[in-house]
Amino acid sequence: MNPNPFKKCDGCGVILMATLFVHGVCPECEHHHSIGHKAWLDLLLDEGSFAAWDDKLTPTDPLNFVDDVAYPARLASAQKKTGLLDAIVSGRGNIEGRAVVYTASAFEFMGGSMGSVVGEVITRAFEHAVTHSLPIVLLSASGGARMQEGILSLMQMAKTVAARERLRDAKLPFISVLRHATFGGVAASFALQGDIHLAEPKALIGFAGPRVIEQTIGQTLPEGFQRSEFLVEHGMVDRIVHRHRLKGEIATILRLLGR
Amino acid sequence: MAQAFLLPFEEPLVRLRDRIDELSAVGTPASELAILEAHLEALTGEIYARLSAWEKVQLCRHPLRPTTLDYIGSLIEMFVELCGDRNFADDKAIVTGIGSFRGQSVAIAGHRKGRSAKENAERNFGMPRPEGYRKAKRLFELADLFSLPIVTFIDTAGAHPGLDAEERGQSEAIGSCIAALARVTVPVVSLVVGEGGSGGALALGVGNRVLLQRFATYSVITPEGCASILWRTSARAPDAADRLKVTSQDLFSLGAIDNIVDEPARGAHVDPESAIRSVGDAIAASLDSLRHLSPDALREHRYARFRAIGRFAGGAPSCDR
Ligand SMILES: [Zn+2]
Repeated sequence: MNPNPFKKCDGCGVILMATLFVHGVCPECEHHHSIGHKAWLDLLLDEGSFAAWDDKLTPTDPLNFVDDVAYPARLASAQKKTGLLDAIVSGRGNIEGRAVVYTASAFEFMGGSMGSVVGEVITRAFEHAVTHSLPIVLLSASGGARMQEGILSLMQMAKTVAARERLRDAKLPFISVLRHATFGGVAASFALQGDIHLAEPKALIGFAGPRVIEQTIGQTLPEGFQRSEFLVEHGMVDRIVHRHRLKGEIATILRLLGR
Repeated sequence: MAQAFLLPFEEPLVRLRDRIDELSAVGTPASELAILEAHLEALTGEIYARLSAWEKVQLCRHPLRPTTLDYIGSLIEMFVELCGDRNFADDKAIVTGIGSFRGQSVAIAGHRKGRSAKENAERNFGMPRPEGYRKAKRLFELADLFSLPIVTFIDTAGAHPGLDAEERGQSEAIGSCIAALARVTVPVVSLVVGEGGSGGALALGVGNRVLLQRFATYSVITPEGCASILWRTSARAPDAADRLKVTSQDLFSLGAIDNIVDEPARGAHVDPESAIRSVGDAIAASLDSLRHLSPDALREHRYARFRAIGRFAGGAPSCDR
């Protein structure tokens, strides 16, 4: 199989050699395309520094959830597609030589949704950070709670937030990186509880999805609604950071915080 | 007495009840009435034992169901409502205050649904905006400061999905409310007394004890919302309710709730007094069961309670290698 050497930008429509989209960013218009979990790791962590934690956790089907496709079949196809067991990558790594807990949503796995495994891995990530006295860099991109695990998914919100509070008590930094798109039960739990919130340009971030809001209020939403820039304007995000500068900026923040 | 609002499965029972009352009024012999009464009771048992998840969702949303204000009115003496988030507004979709529960000072927060159209307009059907969650957070911190046990009443379809709510940080407000409740060092008892709708409900639900009435429901997403995502139509909400496992029995077996609070055979709205009494007894028993825990142990207990929720395989921790 020969991958297409050309790529069309979702932002400006230009067609260029795919290799020119460095870390998924369009060289013409700076549009940030979604990139996979491995690409994120390569972007932020020093080469060869990553050691995965809790990567054997496997989702089950506690509700026997079937819609048009059974939940186990959805999981199996997402696992095959991504090489992950669930929508999360977590472990220890270095950012410009500084040790951190690195935890990242994999949006490509069922929309990055949070069920029992994602909730448990994130909870452990906060606990590990306390145990090892490390800061945590947590990258979110998720449609929210995973409805196929019902109430168990909802309860992960309380579990992860409670764990986050332990990190606060330990006075260790939590840098929350908000990627496209972060919604629902992930946005309304740990993702917006960081000490510092960095967001990717034009990422969609919110509680309720725009479609639901439009139905509720019966009017079209303004341009730019729920984009990173909107969140900065309304005081919810500290900074919008270009993907190519993200690693350096995180390293600077960690350095200034004495980490 | 005719009930003002009837669900489809309530109708045959109410018709039979009216018929018995009519017959009684015209002097039908007691022996015949007793047979009909026995039949009514059997029919009631049969119908309510077989209710589908969707029918229970309808029951927990029954417009005559007792609300947070009814529980506060009957169970809390000297209730002093506390208003406002000290930042933007007073959200009427959540009520907070302090009062006396069976002789003990407590702090109370709950979703405030209305009965009339006017009340619901004012209270937004109990669907809070960020200022509602920030008011609740304020109450939790106040309770912690003055060592008051916290009782929360949960009854909402969810947090308000709206432009203004997003502008003012609905996600951050809910997360911070959860964090505040997770942190307190006082006993927290949470009761789902109607509909427990997603994160907007959980924000008040981080209890040492989480209780649910027999016909109340608790769900990660409304059945309508789930059906819209899965099948592109909210008309399949009954199927979604079934799949999501939202009933008290299901929630108990999944370990999400600690106890099921007894409720009148046909639902809390049919006999509010008895429903309220059961809820009061459940709160008292829960507070009693937490009495031996120190402030730090109460926070630890809450942590451990939620820490244990979730199902997965291959779970041995791997960070120490
Ligand atoms: Zn472009």
